[in-house]
Amino acid sequence: MTREEIIEKTIETLTDEFDVNEEEIVEDAPIYQTLHLDSLSLVDLVAVVQYTFKVKIPAEDLPNVKTFGNLYDYIESHMA
Amino acid sequence: MNRVVITGMGIWSCLGQTLDDVRDALYQGKSGIIFSQERKDAGFRSALCADVPAVEIKKLLARNVRQFMPEEAQYAYVATLQALENAKIDQDFLDAHEVGIIYGNDSVAESTMIALDKFREFKDTAACGSGAIFQSMNSTVTMNLACLFKLRGINLTSSAACASSSLAIGNAYLLIKEGLQDCVICGGAQEANMYCVASFDGIQAFSTREDEPTKACRPFDRDRDGLVPGGGAATLILESYEHAVKRGAPIIAEIVGWGFSGNGDHISTPNVAGPARSLELALKNGGIDPRMIGYVNAHATSTHAGDGREAMAIAQCFGDYQVPVTSTKSQTGHEMWMAGASECIYSVLMMKNGFIAGSLNFENPDEETACVNVIPQTIETGFDMFLSNSFGFGGTNSTLIVKDFKG
Repeated sequence: MTREEIIEKTIETLTDEFDVNEEEIVEDAPIYQTLHLDSLSLVDLVAVVQYTFKVKIPAEDLPNVKTFGNLYDYIESHMA
Repeated sequence: MNRVVITGMGIWSCLGQTLDDVRDALYQGKSGIIFSQERKDAGFRSALCADVPAVEIKKLLARNVRQFMPEEAQYAYVATLQALENAKIDQDFLDAHEVGIIYGNDSVAESTMIALDKFREFKDTAACGSGAIFQSMNSTVTMNLACLFKLRGINLTSSAACASSSLAIGNAYLLIKEGLQDCVICGGAQEANMYCVASFDGIQAFSTREDEPTKACRPFDRDRDGLVPGGGAATLILESYEHAVKRGAPIIAEIVGWGFSGNGDHISTPNVAGPARSLELALKNGGIDPRMIGYVNAHATSTHAGDGREAMAIAQCFGDYQVPVTSTKSQTGHEMWMAGASECIYSVLMMKNGFIAGSLNFENPDEETACVNVIPQTIETGFDMFLSNSFGFGGTNSTLIVKDFKG
């Protein structure tokens, strides 16, 4: 999967799951604020990434995933 | 002791999603039963079910609360919105008063299955998602509604198989009667997806009259061959008479008797003595002569054993008085955890509008059901008190008696 395909799939999945507009999901945007994540719904971000890309984000890696750009990097580098 | 009145009702049923639509469907003898190709393809022995529309929950609630709500909680939410509006209770009132909730629910099959399938697929508990724990507890309806409506009174789920919501109403009635609560939201919800009844289909309890879906559910009829599963939610607002009068509430009807019993017998085959004791206790507790009852809304689900035993229990309690009897399950299928509450609402709608909805498909009695006066087609008739039965697996029985309130 190319980075462009990862971005497209991520946007499609997150807009549906988290009730946000496509335009809000840009590389530099902060994930937590944009998706209105709290301690519970953070679990859903991890779960959605796991279902969609078969990539598990362990708790110790989450602090490094701050923006959507970080998320794309993480998925790209951990996809089988 | 307080008098206990009904001041609001709301429903999401296969017969309609407003009280007016449900009243008309009852009067016209409409059936909500369909054949589901999806169930047949999935391996059901009987693919009959009630046609319950999904709630467009995304239009009503934000994700951060919606994520905790399985299908049955969504049904209960819209039914409760209606009931509160019907009772003229708004959020300001709920914020200022201690209102409780007791709701019947006895399964969370689909949400549990979805979460555990993900856990098993990914071998990771986080894959269940954050809503799964709240969606997969029997108390999901009361936990969700109590938070959504900011309720601060009793918060309790009644899980008693197909008597769940009748017992919810009965317990709310008792708390208000005793002065422990002024106002309680009560009712019942039933998930309508196929997963919640797959194992029920597996014990061959459902009608297989798949070529005639609207004729499949035929309570008390000689040729009945099993029940048809239904679903949705029904909510009633109960409060003390004094509380209702004080806030100028529209009083619809009064609960005047409640009885309950256990069979102490077989897990699925009912007997006569248990249900009969439930009816007798409701009449005795209300100080009501059987001849004061103008209509009996039977539990009768269209199974051979159940309908026959209930008919004998009714005949035993009413003696030579041939009280009119019907089962609204002939139109709705068996709404199970929701049935006690929905059938209370169906009966109130009949009582307020001067008719008894005919028991669909009742053509011939058998030797056990011939002892009761089953009304096969809708009749226009006035009555001001009815009795509603709900019986469940494990031999749990509940009987409510409701009287009209004319002000």
